[in-house]
Amino acid sequence: MTTSITVNGVPTEITAEGDKPLLWVLRDDLRLTGTKYGCGVAQCGACTVLVDGFAQRSCITPLDSIAGADITTIEGIDGPEAEAVKAAWTAVEVAQCGYCQSGQVMTATAFLRDTPQPTDDEIIDAMDGNLCRCATYTRIRTAVRQASDALEV
Amino acid sequence: MGHLKPNRRAFLAGSAGLVIAATIPLPGRANSGAAPFAPNAFVRIAPDSSVTVLVKHSELGQGTWTGLTTMVAEELDADWAQMRAENAPANVDLYANSIFGVQGTGGSTATPASWMPMRQAGAAARAMLVAAAAREWGVPATEIDVSAGIVSHSGLASNLSATFGDLVPLTADLVPPDEPVLKTPDQFVLIGHDVPRIDAPEKSNGTAIYGMDVFHDGMLTVAVARPPKFGAVVASFDPAPALEMPGVQRVAQIPSGIAVYADDTWAAFQGRDVLEITWDETAAETRSSEEIARVWAQAARTADAIAEDRGDVDAGFAQAAEVVEADFLLPYLSHAAMEPLDGVVELSQDSAEFWMGSQWQTSDQNEAAARFEFPPENIAINTTLTGGSFGRRTTADNHFTAELSEIAKAAGPGSYKLVWSREDDMRGGYYRPLTVHHMQGGLDADGNIVAWRNNVASQSLLAGSPFEQFITDGIDGSSVEGSRGLPYRLPNARVALATMDSPVPVLWWRAVGHTHTAYATEVFLDELLERGGKDRVQGRLDLLNADDAGRHRGVLERVADIADWQGLDAGNGIARGVALHKSFGSYVAMIADVSLDQDVPRVHKVWAAVDCGIPINPSIIQTQMAGGLGFGMSAAMFEEITLLEGGEVDQSNYDGYRILRNAEMPEVEISIIDSTVDPTGIGEPGTPPIAPAIGNALRALTGVSPRRLPFVPA
Repeated sequence: MTTSITVNGVPTEITAEGDKPLLWVLRDDLRLTGTKYGCGVAQCGACTVLVDGFAQRSCITPLDSIAGADITTIEGIDGPEAEAVKAAWTAVEVAQCGYCQSGQVMTATAFLRDTPQPTDDEIIDAMDGNLCRCATYTRIRTAVRQASDALEV
Repeated sequence: MGHLKPNRRAFLAGSAGLVIAATIPLPGRANSGAAPFAPNAFVRIAPDSSVTVLVKHSELGQGTWTGLTTMVAEELDADWAQMRAENAPANVDLYANSIFGVQGTGGSTATPASWMPMRQAGAAARAMLVAAAAREWGVPATEIDVSAGIVSHSGLASNLSATFGDLVPLTADLVPPDEPVLKTPDQFVLIGHDVPRIDAPEKSNGTAIYGMDVFHDGMLTVAVARPPKFGAVVASFDPAPALEMPGVQRVAQIPSGIAVYADDTWAAFQGRDVLEITWDETAAETRSSEEIARVWAQAARTADAIAEDRGDVDAGFAQAAEVVEADFLLPYLSHAAMEPLDGVVELSQDSAEFWMGSQWQTSDQNEAAARFEFPPENIAINTTLTGGSFGRRTTADNHFTAELSEIAKAAGPGSYKLVWSREDDMRGGYYRPLTVHHMQGGLDADGNIVAWRNNVASQSLLAGSPFEQFITDGIDGSSVEGSRGLPYRLPNARVALATMDSPVPVLWWRAVGHTHTAYATEVFLDELLERGGKDRVQGRLDLLNADDAGRHRGVLERVADIADWQGLDAGNGIARGVALHKSFGSYVAMIADVSLDQDVPRVHKVWAAVDCGIPINPSIIQTQMAGGLGFGMSAAMFEEITLLEGGEVDQSNYDGYRILRNAEMPEVEISIIDSTVDPTGIGEPGTPPIAPAIGNALRALTGVSPRRLPFVPA
């Protein structure tokens, strides 16, 4: 079957089974490899993308549930929050292995769009669903705070 | 990604010092004005002045790209902004780990094994650039200065300067110096300073390429159905249901199971899921992990392979006024790196090329050569970035490379990507061994330790592997490291080992034996100090008597200072625990503040002090300490692989195998000891001390040490 979605602003026709998860459409069909496979069951957050602006786990998002949707991946995300988050992630040197960080950046960006000046507890709550096996968690918190501060000025 | 194949032995760093061979141009260099300057196997200077370091230790997240590149840049007097890094190709002649003798990353050796070779490579390149400038300008080399990537000469009549790129065309006939002069630590301008992490941008914007991200035209993606129990094998199978699935192209039996070849990852997983396979479980492990733990605990009591004997242990216990006993049980653990195992092979008639997060290139190369029956030089390995490893990407049996090779062999020339699912990873073995420590301690009437016994029961990591030769007198050192050679005055002490057998494959897991020995020794010691009425910090300080006691004392005093240690009670229901443990040549002490929230431990803050010699990049040391203790804390709190009755693994994903989340990560404060001693590794030493530090705090809260990990079982 063919499904129409918009990916990073580009209208795209995908020919695949309807139960194929968006994760594998992005990675294997569109070669947008910034979105990562970590668990396949929405436990880790490495596959986080924006679906119509909301952070969502692409590994459990079947293609037939998102016909007509607007998908944003790490390759396409922009705007002041995204730029602030990516700049903070680089400056704070959050990443160690880096594999989970696309998902962390997507989650943080969506969060700051909703909550530009969060409390520390709100930051931890927002980022708690994204696993990092390197345990970069304290730098993740620092980077979200730094991005928030950068947006304020 | 770049696929450089240096065809010359530029130099080898050995005990005899630097050996320089004749300079032979890289292929094509004579005909190309844009060729880089390649003074040795590690450095490439391009006409645009960018300097690329070929890093011989895989970047697994621990920071080798930045650390090794810093060593080169320091001696080259380059500007940090012109530095680049990439993983070196597989070539044991050029890129052997100088500690292991083969190309591979592990044991926190990247820094110590590179400290001289990489600085020599940078210094040699600098000397050759200076020689080129001296000849071009007609001035003595001794009058030429290099600073921040600019080569210059200040004379009475003129000021001359050149970029590295300007000098590249003038280097063609230069010979590397025999003994490049190295800086002294007081001359360092990059080492010891926080140069920006070189891979931070690409790991912040999704462009970093991991093995999973490699695609070739016409490539098939493969998933493998493996036995549900360790040691089982395929009895029979029906490929038909898989072949009927959309996108599935082929099904083949390979030694490790049944391989499903498909157009993409999803199709491969779907096809694999509908295979009908009958397994032969004759040789399978069918015991539960509870049963295994019982057998190990029994064996620990009679462990008789002596790993260490100090004084007269029997006499020590005979004179003791009080004898304390404890059994500690530490479970099987999964590495659970975020990127599961994956890799791509392209097989031709007489050669094969791999793209994968190899951590042990020489073994992977030899394994593939043996499987394909090609000479090793016909196997190319492009090492990609890896989404973590923690030891998982190097195995004594090279099982992943073997499986990927067998997949290609079964299907013939072409491109194949093998992807392990998270479930494959979690249930696939290669765990940190389940281990039991049976401890006994004797105290005299004044509360001093007069006898110490540590009997360890564990599977061997080396038995049956190519490293079996390193087992001496029945002792696999990796089973007991961190339990012998303790820095404390333990006058009558014995460490003994019972090596256990099971078909469950076991593997080094970040910090290896120290992950269990540090817990058993530092918790038990803490109990004995408590029985003897000693302060946990001062009591340890009073016992330190090893040759390197000063460095142990340094980190312990530092951590007590930054945490403002006043004893166990930190107020507000918070108790403190302390632990000290040296591993991989680095010294670490930690203090953890812990409370109980409805019987669940909550770690509020951890202080750590580390002495890893000259601190090359303090920011990366900070991240490795925080990450290492987060990794160790995750295991201590939550992690456990269990085998059900019958032998199947109970956990299959992060829902059953809980790892530390952001909200559970404590605040961390780290202090790095200033040093002029040659640097040691930092990837692993942050992991061992955190579990005993938390365990000791929990005893202060509850009155009993947790004798079994994790603290919060599922």
